[in-house]
Amino acid sequence: MGSAALLLTIAFAISGCEKAVSPAANSNSTAPSTASAEPVAGTNPSPDTSGDWVRPARDYSSTRFSPLDQINTENAKQLVVKATFSTGVLHGHEAAPIVANNTMYIVTPYPNLVYALDLSKDGAPVKWKYEPKTLAAAQGVACCDVVNRGVSYADATIFLNTLDNRTIALDADTGKEKWVSRLGDLNKGETITMAPLVVKDKVLVGNSGGEMGVRGWLTALDARNGNIAWRAYSTGPDKEVLIGPRFKPFYASDRGTDLGIHTWPADAWRIGGGAVWGWISYDPQLNLVYYGTSNPGPWNQEQRPGDNKWTAGVFARDADTGEAIWFYQMSPHDLWDYDGVNEQVLADLPLGGGTRKVMMRADRNGYLYVIDRTRGEVISADPYVAVTSTKGIDLKSGRPIENESLHPSLGQVVRNVCPAAPGGKDWQPTAYSTRTGLLYIPANNLCMDFEGVEANYIAGTPFVGANVRMYAGPGGNRGEFIAWDPVARKKAWSIKENFPVWSGVAVTASDVAFYGTMDGWFKAVNAKTGEELWKSKVGSGIVGQPVTYRGPDGKQYVAILAGVGGWSGAIVAGGLDPRDGTAALGFVNAMPDLPQATTAGGMLYIFGLP
Amino acid sequence: MRRMLFLFIASLVAVALRDLRGAEPLRVCADPNNLPFTNAKGEGFENRIAALLARDLGSRVEYTWFAQRRGFLRNTLTAQKCDVVMGLPVDSDAAWTTKPYYRSTYVFVTRRSRNLHVRSFDDPQLRSLRVGVELVGDDGANTPPAHALSRRGIVGNVVGFSVYGDYRTNSPPSAIIAAVARGDVDIAAAWGPMAGYFAARQPVALDVVPVQPQVDGRFLPQTFSIAMATRRRDNARHQQLERFIDRRRHDIDAILAEYHVPRVDGARGADTSAPLSRPRPERER
Repeated sequence: MGSAALLLTIAFAISGCEKAVSPAANSNSTAPSTASAEPVAGTNPSPDTSGDWVRPARDYSSTRFSPLDQINTENAKQLVVKATFSTGVLHGHEAAPIVANNTMYIVTPYPNLVYALDLSKDGAPVKWKYEPKTLAAAQGVACCDVVNRGVSYADATIFLNTLDNRTIALDADTGKEKWVSRLGDLNKGETITMAPLVVKDKVLVGNSGGEMGVRGWLTALDARNGNIAWRAYSTGPDKEVLIGPRFKPFYASDRGTDLGIHTWPADAWRIGGGAVWGWISYDPQLNLVYYGTSNPGPWNQEQRPGDNKWTAGVFARDADTGEAIWFYQMSPHDLWDYDGVNEQVLADLPLGGGTRKVMMRADRNGYLYVIDRTRGEVISADPYVAVTSTKGIDLKSGRPIENESLHPSLGQVVRNVCPAAPGGKDWQPTAYSTRTGLLYIPANNLCMDFEGVEANYIAGTPFVGANVRMYAGPGGNRGEFIAWDPVARKKAWSIKENFPVWSGVAVTASDVAFYGTMDGWFKAVNAKTGEELWKSKVGSGIVGQPVTYRGPDGKQYVAILAGVGGWSGAIVAGGLDPRDGTAALGFVNAMPDLPQATTAGGMLYIFGLP
Repeated sequence: MRRMLFLFIASLVAVALRDLRGAEPLRVCADPNNLPFTNAKGEGFENRIAALLARDLGSRVEYTWFAQRRGFLRNTLTAQKCDVVMGLPVDSDAAWTTKPYYRSTYVFVTRRSRNLHVRSFDDPQLRSLRVGVELVGDDGANTPPAHALSRRGIVGNVVGFSVYGDYRTNSPPSAIIAAVARGDVDIAAAWGPMAGYFAARQPVALDVVPVQPQVDGRFLPQTFSIAMATRRRDNARHQQLERFIDRRRHDIDAILAEYHVPRVDGARGADTSAPLSRPRPERER
């Protein structure tokens, strides 16, 4: 999938810019929030006046919370289309539209076109278009789908990752290239699908391709010129993982020398996976960046006894040097393709009579983790979807309690493994409101069976694997939009959806949450109650990320890229045969009716009040 | 009226020109860098068989090149970029396969000078030798030898070679054979057609023998029948391919033998009891 990211004139100007553009980020991570349902108008000591949305997660805490409140629970039903724009691309559109200085920036899946749309003009016409000339071979050699999860804006620069492993800095006004930096090699199976994160004078980018025998890494580029400042691998010797004296993991099983070698059979780490194709968060006060690593690969599980460090876990690293500070492994020795790349939402929660600096992670393995982000201690871990693959998380060791009866073994039938490989939630990011204290989770409700043996063929080489079929979990709905109370450790409310909810979420200070469905409904719901306020049918299924912003006219807008695809939508975007349930690694079996519900095609929609 | 006449004459000319060029081209999708199967220079055995087929049809081969990886069929045959794929295991779900035209096997590859004579996954030597194995790693799926070794607990001494390899090199999956020749591994378990071809091209003599058991446990086959494939419902093309396989069986066998493809279907040159690669003068370096 996993799996999945830049020339600024002066380094200190960037950090200055970040402070100016998104003070909300700092406030969410530093201001103790009440986490009550009571409106707390004073939560943001320095309100974000720009109304921009400069990075996919909006703020460094990855809350996807906007302080805008014009569109509210009363008037949301009046939302109408204000502008549309066709990208001309048919693959899955997973990117968040980015808004800065009255311009909207969107990036398409391969060939990774970037459009700048002028929001100050009627109909938001194209201001400039950038074609990175992404190598066509990226589609064939690349491990995964050809998606892109968004660009980032900082200091009048757009930072773009291309599928063929380049990070590119563009002048935000003109679209002119400032620099191009090549980070990986398609020929080794590497690609980049994730969105870059700009932290101070660095651009952080990770690779995709765990299934191809790629060795995962996070790389920091100098934002001024694209030079590599540091690279931290996810497997191998401590020196290359950037593990040194400052590394203090909370759990004993993560302590020791060169575990990135010793928790694998000889040399298996060299092609061990642990790609970094998901999301990165940043706590400016602790000066730590947080990100997850993908599943181990390409070995079958019997061939890689051990915990397979540092795959399927989350790293905290010094934002300047990349040194590892702590690590927590959600799925040691992953059996089920439970990549650990999902976003970490940073908040300060009232727990145990005090306030704790935490990260919330809705992990692929089906557990909602609340983790002390200062030291990597799991405070709580509760299933937010049906889970059979494990029997809970042991808080003493931090490890999942294995369900031995479901362990996969080739040729044996194993049924009712929940969650299925895409997890309780895949890459599609959650949102968090300090006002409601709720985390909004776009979830899958999918289980899977392993049966028989299926022959397949890659590079002239026949191989075999379990015949995987996914299907709806308990209740028969394949998706669910869940509002989760991380303090009470339970669902506040939820909305059952027919298809997996494969879109991101945005939530506002007026308690409106936005998300989309794979059959093409874009919805606004009351963030306190889950009441549906409004919905609009768009041209293609939604696997993108909604954003909301203040236009040049001072009015609030909400935008979404439609365009079905990705793993879940491969049956439509890839034209797969619904009769072959095992296609797309078994996902097609769960989605035979999607081609009747939607068709492919990338289209931007901007909604506003009349 | 004059315009109509012009169009009529133009269409006659077009028909005549098409006849001059011969039949429609045989549209084949293939990997540009995957010897011994195919490459962009037409040096693979599938290239040769496709050329033979085209000749029979009075046509020529028109290739669409695409790395044969995840999404290969979806982006090529299914996307109508071509009409034929020259190699796919029979009964693959993703396309309509013909009757098989050869059956091959996973093989053990060793340096002849080592005199290891390993023939079975149950040979105790495999617990101590440095064993190379091909990995695919498609979420739990893997090559049959990878599964056969791991279910016997042969793990710590196993070196994985991703079949994806480094696509800048020629035929990325072949790295495992070069590793045997160099002595980086003592023995490799690899897919026969690739192993047979590259074993015969190393500077030292290598032995290539089919792995045993050929079906490991109840379910794990080490042998596969390989067919050509068309899109579903392309009846005419499917019939044409099957007729070609019947008619040209001996010529196809001869091409496969030329490429040292290990056969387990009783075909000529399919002697599985003796080492399959030809003896070569021992030359160390």
